[in-house]
Amino acid sequence: MPESNNSEIVSYTLPNGLQVILKPVHTAPVVSNWIWYRVGGRNEHPGKTGISHWVEHMMFKGTPTFPKGSIMLEVNRNGGVLNGFTGQDYTAYFETLPADRLDLGLRIESDRMANSVIDPDEVTSERTVIISEREGSENNPEWALYEEVSAAAYRVHPYGHMVIGWKEDLHNITRDDLYQHYQTYYGPHNAVLIIVGDISVAQVQARIDELFGSIPAGPPPPPVLAKEPPQQSERRVLMRQPGTTAYFHAVYHTCAGNHPDSFPLIMLESIVSGASLGGTPTHRSARLYRALVETEIAAQANASYRPSIDPGAIHFSGTVRHGRTLAEFEAALNSEIDRICQEPVTEEELAKVRKQVKAQFAYTIERVSSQAYWLGWQEMLGDWHYFDTFVDNLSAVTAADVQRVAQTYLKPVNRTTGWFEPTPEA
Amino acid sequence: MDLTFQKYMLSNGITLIVKENHHAQSVVVRGHLHGGSNLDGPERAGLASFSTSVMRRGTERRTFAEINETIESIGASVYVNSGRHLTGFGGKSLAEDFNVLVEIMSDILLMPTFPAEEAEKVRGQIITGLKEAEDSPRSMAGRYFRELLYGLDHPYGRSANGTLESIPGLSRENLLAFYRQTFHPHDGAVVVVGDVSSQAVYDTLEAALGQWQPGHPPPDTALPEPAPLVEKVRYIHPMPNKSQADLVLGTIGPRRQDKGFYAAEVGDTILGQLGLGGRIGLNVRDKEGMAYYARTSLSGNLGPAPWTVYAGVNPTNIDKAVDLMLAELRRFRNEPVSDQELADAKAYLTGTLPLQLESNEGVASLLLEAHLYRLGDDFIARYPALINAVTPEEIQTTAQQYLSDEVYALAIAGPYTEIE
Repeated sequence: MPESNNSEIVSYTLPNGLQVILKPVHTAPVVSNWIWYRVGGRNEHPGKTGISHWVEHMMFKGTPTFPKGSIMLEVNRNGGVLNGFTGQDYTAYFETLPADRLDLGLRIESDRMANSVIDPDEVTSERTVIISEREGSENNPEWALYEEVSAAAYRVHPYGHMVIGWKEDLHNITRDDLYQHYQTYYGPHNAVLIIVGDISVAQVQARIDELFGSIPAGPPPPPVLAKEPPQQSERRVLMRQPGTTAYFHAVYHTCAGNHPDSFPLIMLESIVSGASLGGTPTHRSARLYRALVETEIAAQANASYRPSIDPGAIHFSGTVRHGRTLAEFEAALNSEIDRICQEPVTEEELAKVRKQVKAQFAYTIERVSSQAYWLGWQEMLGDWHYFDTFVDNLSAVTAADVQRVAQTYLKPVNRTTGWFEPTPEA
Repeated sequence: MDLTFQKYMLSNGITLIVKENHHAQSVVVRGHLHGGSNLDGPERAGLASFSTSVMRRGTERRTFAEINETIESIGASVYVNSGRHLTGFGGKSLAEDFNVLVEIMSDILLMPTFPAEEAEKVRGQIITGLKEAEDSPRSMAGRYFRELLYGLDHPYGRSANGTLESIPGLSRENLLAFYRQTFHPHDGAVVVVGDVSSQAVYDTLEAALGQWQPGHPPPDTALPEPAPLVEKVRYIHPMPNKSQADLVLGTIGPRRQDKGFYAAEVGDTILGQLGLGGRIGLNVRDKEGMAYYARTSLSGNLGPAPWTVYAGVNPTNIDKAVDLMLAELRRFRNEPVSDQELADAKAYLTGTLPLQLESNEGVASLLLEAHLYRLGDDFIARYPALINAVTPEEIQTTAQQYLSDEVYALAIAGPYTEIE
């Protein structure tokens, strides 16, 4: 197994609740600075969907020290790159910089954690930017189908709405909503700071104390109470809209990421669709490609399972080849799903995935930013130590485990099936 | 940072560059041969792309399924593709599997069999992809922009993926002929970066590729000069059922090897890259809130590639967005950039170099670029000095030479039918 050398990691919590994870890596003169907030789509309520993503945008829009536009510019002019992103389970910001410029990243993150202004005029202008972001996604029928299928699959849990939010909510969310959301979730009590790269741990620790130590902790954020009830009947979504190409997207409810079934589900996904830990997924020897693409029913076909904090889903999706039908796609997919429920996967398939994962993990840890991402993602799911044991845990999955989770979750009653059937332009 | 690498010449003239990086467990291979979609010809748009896609689908020694099984069983990847001027090839694996990667890669390059049934599978996938592109405002805006700027008679004006008219007419013999007539080691290059020994890499690649001597001359890759625009040209492609319109506005830019390229690179960083997309992003996105993305692209390569401004906007904002873009182009031509902007752009371009050098892929790309454009073996070391030497006057000269707010091509695709 590849060594991630995580014995050198220093991990601790400040009195205000900020978790800190530091990992020195001296292979290149670069450093990646990440702050993770335990907030995303799952913390949102009807009427306010998309609010976390919007706050993420607003935290680029300035503080008294770093006025609007200056965060990106300062990082760029110091030879760095940065971004922020919001998921269902978390929000993350990072700056990857030349190692001697880490202090800028720390100053930006501590400052916007405490002092983001969320100016009303900026809220107005960002509203149209975010609606524009959504409209760009709406142009893509695969995205539109994904949104419809998610909404049908979840009746109660917030995973049923896309992170960007419903357009109606984006028109209605106010500056006060955004500011309250910011104050509730974006403090040290709900955050994890992760730094991987060419650092001196002692120096960085002292600087973190100075910059973050005095930021007051807020009250604990409200827990997510929504629980998705077990699905009682198979659901179907039929989108008929102008377009040129047919798309398929089905989801089956699964378990929470910390459930023992999670690794067998990752193995199942990898066997049908190729391991995809990062980098290029290699899937052309996997089952779905052979059954759907090689047979010329689909132009592409994939499975996707990403562990999540609350019970999530495994997705099966693809593009129907021009001249073929959605019914053919669905029948071929369902016969593969029947097969994985009825017959154990082979030792050769398990061995192949183990090697793919070993290789992809080695690729992942070559960049400090990827290492920091992985530590953060695993910590959001429960514990950054999962990063150390991820490959071993996945390699321990047996054929019987895969068959068990297939039979548990891949049942028609647990499924929502979506078709995008193109109609001629109006 | 250690920038040393080893350079060899294989027996058939392919340049081999090896950079050892023992911090990584992987190895990355990137190479190119001359000849890409520039050789398609007007009647055969998409030929290079189609032909290289089928190359990977069967060789004298392995079927498509066997290639996939061999490569994927070691967690590796291998590719052949075509660009505007080059055929690219390479892959990535754990260093321990380097020999397998090279074996498969050389099989694909040297002995592809173009199985007829595989060609039909690929044809269907390409056609599906082209149908999908017809439903994508961004793809359509890009396609019509190139047609407007270069015309369909110029290789840059045509779709490198082909069209729904051209792809059905390409036979297996066309694909095979493209391979037999154009694939040639002349002036080719391979870069290998990773946990390997230089001499061992040389030995492996000399054995795998060095004896490859096709019986035909290298292809003629000369590119015709595109006819310059004489007035502004616009095309609107209505897609009434879409939510957002995409627009691309631009002109013919410099070649990578042109004298003014570094001035263009620094200038482009100011115009449309820094922060949220430079001056363009600042005005269209940040101040006016009109777009999620609005920036520029300078893609100089062996030929005069386009220099563009592009954005995705709500249809009610198109005229305003175009006006803002033109105003920024006017200012960029008429006034020198400020000292602060210049310092920021230089600091960004030179400062992010170590980030690019962190990964094997990043190092391989830079070494291959330096070789292709004859930038010198010390290019990476000299890059900061080349960028830092750029003056505001040079940027303005470059802007006036290549960009225009009066004579340009503009393509719009989306729920929109009228302009001005």
